Amino acid sequence: MRDNKNKWLLLTSAAALALGATATASANTLQTTIDRGAVQCGVSDGLPGFSAPDDQGDWQGLDVDVCRAVAAAVFGDAEAVRYISLNAVERFTALQSGEVDVLSRNTTWTTTRDTTLGLNFAGVNFYDGIGFMINRDLGVSSATDLDGAAVCVQSGTTTELNVADYFRANGMTFDPIVFDTSEQTVGGYEAGRCDVLTSDTSQLAALRIQLSDPDQSVILPEVISKEPLGPVVRQGDDQWFNIVKWSLFAMLNAEEMGITQDNVDEMRNSDDPDIARLLGQDGNYGEGMGLDANWAYNIISQVGNYGESYDRNVGMDSPLQIERGINALWTEGGIQYAPPIR
Amino acid sequence: MTIQLKMIEARPAPKNTVGPLAWLRANLFSGPVNTVFTLLGFYLLFVLLTPTIQWAFINADWVGTSRDDCSREGACWVFVNARLTQFIYGLYPRTELWRVNIVFASFAVLIAWLAIPRLPFKRWVALATLLAFPVFAYFMLYGGHFGLSVVPTHRWGGLMLTLILAVVGMVAALPIGILLALGRRSQMPIVKSFCVVFIEFWRGVPLITILFMASVMLPLFLPTGMSVDRLVRALIGITLFQSAYMAEVIRGGLQAIPKGQEEAAAALGMGYWKRMGLIVLPQALKMMIPGIVNTFISLFKDTTLVMIIGLFDLLGIVQAALSDSRWLGFALEGYVFAAFMFWIFCFSMSRYSQYLERKLHTGHKR
Repeated sequence: MRDNKNKWLLLTSAAALALGATATASANTLQTTIDRGAVQCGVSDGLPGFSAPDDQGDWQGLDVDVCRAVAAAVFGDAEAVRYISLNAVERFTALQSGEVDVLSRNTTWTTTRDTTLGLNFAGVNFYDGIGFMINRDLGVSSATDLDGAAVCVQSGTTTELNVADYFRANGMTFDPIVFDTSEQTVGGYEAGRCDVLTSDTSQLAALRIQLSDPDQSVILPEVISKEPLGPVVRQGDDQWFNIVKWSLFAMLNAEEMGITQDNVDEMRNSDDPDIARLLGQDGNYGEGMGLDANWAYNIISQVGNYGESYDRNVGMDSPLQIERGINALWTEGGIQYAPPIR
Repeated sequence: MTIQLKMIEARPAPKNTVGPLAWLRANLFSGPVNTVFTLLGFYLLFVLLTPTIQWAFINADWVGTSRDDCSREGACWVFVNARLTQFIYGLYPRTELWRVNIVFASFAVLIAWLAIPRLPFKRWVALATLLAFPVFAYFMLYGGHFGLSVVPTHRWGGLMLTLILAVVGMVAALPIGILLALGRRSQMPIVKSFCVVFIEFWRGVPLITILFMASVMLPLFLPTGMSVDRLVRALIGITLFQSAYMAEVIRGGLQAIPKGQEEAAAALGMGYWKRMGLIVLPQALKMMIPGIVNTFISLFKDTTLVMIIGLFDLLGIVQAALSDSRWLGFALEGYVFAAFMFWIFCFSMSRYSQYLERKLHTGHKR
């Protein structure tokens, strides 16, 4: 789904390369950001649970919370963000040209993007991958039972290729039913044109809500491809890279230590040295990034820890109800892991 | 022999040729074939309209605040209702909406003034609309002066943005188009070839390409640290594109004016600009009203393409709203609303142009 415009991407990135370093904006992003008074954050032009304006016109979502965390770390104010909505094609140009400081737009971390576009991935805020949704009545509990199934898939996406690879690798056959848009795909699934609907797991949840009887469908546990999504910054400004990277790590560490938006103030008095270091009570760990000692405290008190952000936007407290799965902390069976603060 | 001195009074038309029944018979049931077609037509209308009306009105949900208030049997207008402010103003800060309202209201007053024939001072009002109003609108909407806070253009959106794009495009494209059309018919080789190249270039590429270039490539060519606002980029792209189209429409009108008109004006001793401004253009523009309005309407609808460069016009903001996880699955309602808004504006433009044609009708139509 994310890579369906690969050709465009290559074209624009080739152009970016041809222009070389001229495109790299000023090296000191932190100073530019402080002078401007707001973090310019590139988000998606609408992706359920990741970034979308709510009824009040405020941006909400898991990707949006990364922007807010960075703003909280830099300014102590999570609202000091200017959201620039970007489509899949222009997102890297916008970052390279300095139009945005951070790109937090469900972007998959791949070798090509990391090594040839002059960009750095600052971590992973959502481990996505292609999954399957089936009708409960089929009685299928694993994707390996899907031999011979009719599969609804959106055309022109990498999903189509990945599913074909997966079925071939497992010695199974399938009958692809291809649709142009996600609405049509849901319609086809609902009309019974196929047994299985496939897309990225983050999308499946959003598609599932649109069914007339969401409870009748289940999302299978298997994820058949790796799509680590994360915030991206420009290469050549390590300080800014660190700020974005550690803003995300601070949220993960906070969850691991049990610090939430509600209890962060009492946790400040905690004797636990890890917590004291994170919340700036013992030494200033923001100094190396050019931030004050309260950087992590500001993130947690204004945005919350990673788990809170997850639940609020895509997890159980949201309409999407995506299981934590591999996005759980490493201590709880997932792979979300942040280096320690010390 | 009697001589009828008085005129015999006209008798009323036979009963079976007047009234609604006769109308029905003459127009709908005038023969077996027509009767069959009429009945078939009614049947089709019934089959198509019943579910539509049922969906849009009878089974629809109108009041509420969240998706739980929608039964999902009919349309969920609650969604449109909850998002209406956003559809009209985009992400413009809620506390500053009065600024947009003032701009909308003053624009409506100016346009109404120009459109209603009885009101005086037309020339001054026109001048104010063209010169003072854009400056006023800029200061009101963008702010930064007179104690108004700055509202950056990425927060503009919805119907407001669609109207800004369309109005700026129309107002700027018309004069540029006129100049290009005149230039293309000019005897001066440099002017002529510049105009030909300009028109053929901009007319030869799709608008979507121009917008893409403006948003993806332009930032890479600009010097470091310099950036042109996206809205400005889109406005420039749309204006250049539309003025090329406008130029060709107007050139069509210019060619329809007999050469004698210009020669007669020249014989009276008029210079080039007087000949064009007083004799040729008034006739040509009047004749081209349908073509010009056609271009305007297509421009109005083309503004939705700015969606691909991340600007939230009316359609863009509807689509963004559709991806709010609290409102998933109401795509149809959103699109119907957007279509209805576009239809209102395009239809009004079309009606006004017909009124204008009638008003300016001086017997040139054949």
